[in-house]
Amino acid sequence: MFNTKTILAAIALVAGFASVSAAQAAEGGAPIEKQNWSFAGIFGTYDTNQLQRGFQVFREVCSSCHGARLISFRNLSEKGGPNFSEAQVKALAAEYDIADPTADGGTRKGVAADRWPSPFATEQDARDANGGAMPPDFSVLAKARGVKEEGLWWIANYFTGYSEGGPDYIHALLNGYHDEVPESAPHNSDGTPFELAEGKHYNDYFPGHAIGMGPPLSDELVAYEPGENGEEVPLTVEQYSHDVSAFMMWMAEPGLVARKETGFKVLLFLFVFAGLMYATKRKIWRGIEH
Amino acid sequence: MPAASDVHRTGNGTLATQAEHSTNRRDFIFVATGSVAAVGAAATIWPLINQLNPDASTLALASIEFNLAGIEVGQSVTITWRGLPVFVRHRTQKEIDEAKAVPLSDLKDPATDEERTKPGHEDWLIMIANCTHLGCVPIGEAGDFDGWFCPCHGSHYDSAGRIRKGPAPLNLVLPPYEFISDTLVQIG
Amino acid sequence: MSEHSTYTPGTGIEKWLDERLPIIRFSKEHLMDFPTPKNLNYWWTFGAILVMCLVVQIVTGVILAMHYTPNVAMAFDSVEHIRRDVNGGRIIQATHAVGASMFFAAVYIHIFRGMYFGSYKAPREILWILGVLIFVLMMATAFMGYVLPWGQMSGWAATVITNIFAAIPVIGNPLLELLRGGFSVGNPTLNRFFSLHYLLPFVIAAVIVLHIWALHVPGNNNPTGVDVKSSRDTLPFHPYYTMKDAFGMVLFMIPFAWFIFFAPDILGHPDNYIQFNSQVTPTHIVPEWYFLPFYAILRAIDFNILFIDSKLGGVIFFGGSIVILFFLPWLDRSKVRSGNFRPMFKWFYWLFVINFVALTYLGAAPAEGIYVILAKICTAYYFIHFLVILPVLGRIEKPRPLPTSISESVLGKSHA
Repeated sequence: MFNTKTILAAIALVAGFASVSAAQAAEGGAPIEKQNWSFAGIFGTYDTNQLQRGFQVFREVCSSCHGARLISFRNLSEKGGPNFSEAQVKALAAEYDIADPTADGGTRKGVAADRWPSPFATEQDARDANGGAMPPDFSVLAKARGVKEEGLWWIANYFTGYSEGGPDYIHALLNGYHDEVPESAPHNSDGTPFELAEGKHYNDYFPGHAIGMGPPLSDELVAYEPGENGEEVPLTVEQYSHDVSAFMMWMAEPGLVARKETGFKVLLFLFVFAGLMYATKRKIWRGIEH
Repeated sequence: MPAASDVHRTGNGTLATQAEHSTNRRDFIFVATGSVAAVGAAATIWPLINQLNPDASTLALASIEFNLAGIEVGQSVTITWRGLPVFVRHRTQKEIDEAKAVPLSDLKDPATDEERTKPGHEDWLIMIANCTHLGCVPIGEAGDFDGWFCPCHGSHYDSAGRIRKGPAPLNLVLPPYEFISDTLVQIG
Repeated sequence: MSEHSTYTPGTGIEKWLDERLPIIRFSKEHLMDFPTPKNLNYWWTFGAILVMCLVVQIVTGVILAMHYTPNVAMAFDSVEHIRRDVNGGRIIQATHAVGASMFFAAVYIHIFRGMYFGSYKAPREILWILGVLIFVLMMATAFMGYVLPWGQMSGWAATVITNIFAAIPVIGNPLLELLRGGFSVGNPTLNRFFSLHYLLPFVIAAVIVLHIWALHVPGNNNPTGVDVKSSRDTLPFHPYYTMKDAFGMVLFMIPFAWFIFFAPDILGHPDNYIQFNSQVTPTHIVPEWYFLPFYAILRAIDFNILFIDSKLGGVIFFGGSIVILFFLPWLDRSKVRSGNFRPMFKWFYWLFVINFVALTYLGAAPAEGIYVILAKICTAYYFIHFLVILPVLGRIEKPRPLPTSISESVLGKSHA
């Protein structure tokens, strides 16, 4: 039934099928080191504590410039996420003023159903406050970035289901700053050394290396509460960047855990069903020369 | 073109016996496959229907909080709850007294004023603002009973939102609500 | 086609219906009793798998349209709304997006199966032509669907692909404005793409009906390519092939589900999670994988040919690479259908497959250095295969002896 040619053909088609990504990843920059994420793989789930810490970093650091317009406060208490209580979310939302033309004075206190307020009223305001650069919205940013694989390794991603290119990139970016243009910086095409434009910062992983955002994190910038069993989480850029990358992945894909749980059941079902179908098909075809 | 019937009649012997076997014997494997297929079909169809239900962003607004502070006696506001207009009226003592004075026998849809309000908060009347006739929004402080008047088909409601005259069959509907504090109500 | 009907109405009502609308008779003839060669292999199940794919796309698509907003200001956010808020929305949306890829994977297998076993040869030319037409309609539908999420890749794909039409002399630019409904891709473009994306699948369904009709006149080809000689060569479609096809479908659903649930975005581009911005092009724009071979051909023509400039040249070759498929039944002159009995064709067939995969790879590769040269070679070979190799093979090749019938080949195989 399946001879060599058939198998060859299958391989050829899989290869063709898979050649999508050859160039889909972000351009430029050093190779990005993949991190261990709790949400990777078919059994991966978000680490609630990590998401809560990541939220703290986002709120205290990132959210002063970056919006998250697709996130509602209520999402923070929904299943499979940072798992804050509804009361916590209600209190949090009430700390923010939400623009509402029907309210007295045009603003009112936030409620759980409200979207995360933008730090700037308009895109122009955002650019004016950030030297002309627009801080991108965080809602789906973790899915809007990827990792470029070396050689043909991207084929393996189809079998492992690797979908963590975004957080890997963000983690690398947050750890990729240099105070000065380093030796490793690429030379311009005419051989002159790399020149950093005024107001830009050098980053190993940013395409083109000149990034408008200064290093946003520094050690001990955010004071984490000790965990329930008193364990101390290190107050380092490495730790912060992991936590905030995980939180950004959750923002981009809040239903990840539920999706994988369903997927596991569906695949299990399909394997059983396929086995039964094969047995039935065999039974029907028994005795037929074909 | 060969006839399929020939296959059954004159095709090779194994086929004919096989066909009899498969139709006559309630074979375990067929039943098992069929049942699993049915489970799979049901599990596939349900999400396709369930997506029609209100989504998370709609459900998040199913219950709202409303602050009554700032609504003076004799004032009313119309707010939106679940996409419906809702009257919030701060009733005057005169309106409350009138409503309490009406004998139940005079009412088309009998309900006491106590049933129309929350104990201790009789000055507040909170009702869905759609006429129970055909859904228009009645006009406040109008009509023959010091309450609401629906301009579409001429229904008159009293100061407790009860139907008194006209084609509407029922009193204005009360949404589920409760007082969280003296000035804060949760509707829904 | 009614000569093999075994239907005799059992009850009065059935008889009454049969005289007015013989739908039961029709179904029995074409879905149950239809004589089908007994030696079809699993590559033949892809026809049924493709029908399943179309149904999945239509069902999920109709649902998505209930929640989607075709407006440039809201399209991107409404797709995220589907993913985040609609009950089961993430799965339904992922099924539709992954489904497009699976649909194309299956259609490529189906096409290459037809090419290997000579399923396009007389008397199945119309069957083949309708198939190519379905493929073209699928490409149009998929392209317009890809624009709807209004991400960076959506908007730029719309810009680039509509620009293809600008290459046509004289009418190019007016045609471009007509297609876009403006001077650039914008709200009118999105709206009409949404409308047509909803319409075309039903056109595809109609052409599929014709495709199956054209299939049921001569009946199925088979791996030997030998015509059905007697009823010993065939089996009734039901239960034999209904069951085999259903098993094929379930197997196909396994990788399908794998992508939906565990890597729903791996077949797409991260850039499409950035809302379309007409001021900034992504550094590297690539179409979806299923367009890559043809995209490689489009890009390969980077030189002027006589009075034809490179842009028009690319478009001509791009269009030609698809149009040539319509003529395949007349380009391959060999009387033998199945590649199994054509020793030389077999080699060239696999060379063509490899060349096609190479074109897919080159379509995604940056247009620089060695890739540019390779793309030109592969493009040339694509056309040489159809225009030179196939006609020549028909003349010089000496096919292996054919079995006298399907039954003989089947018996020979099982006793070997």
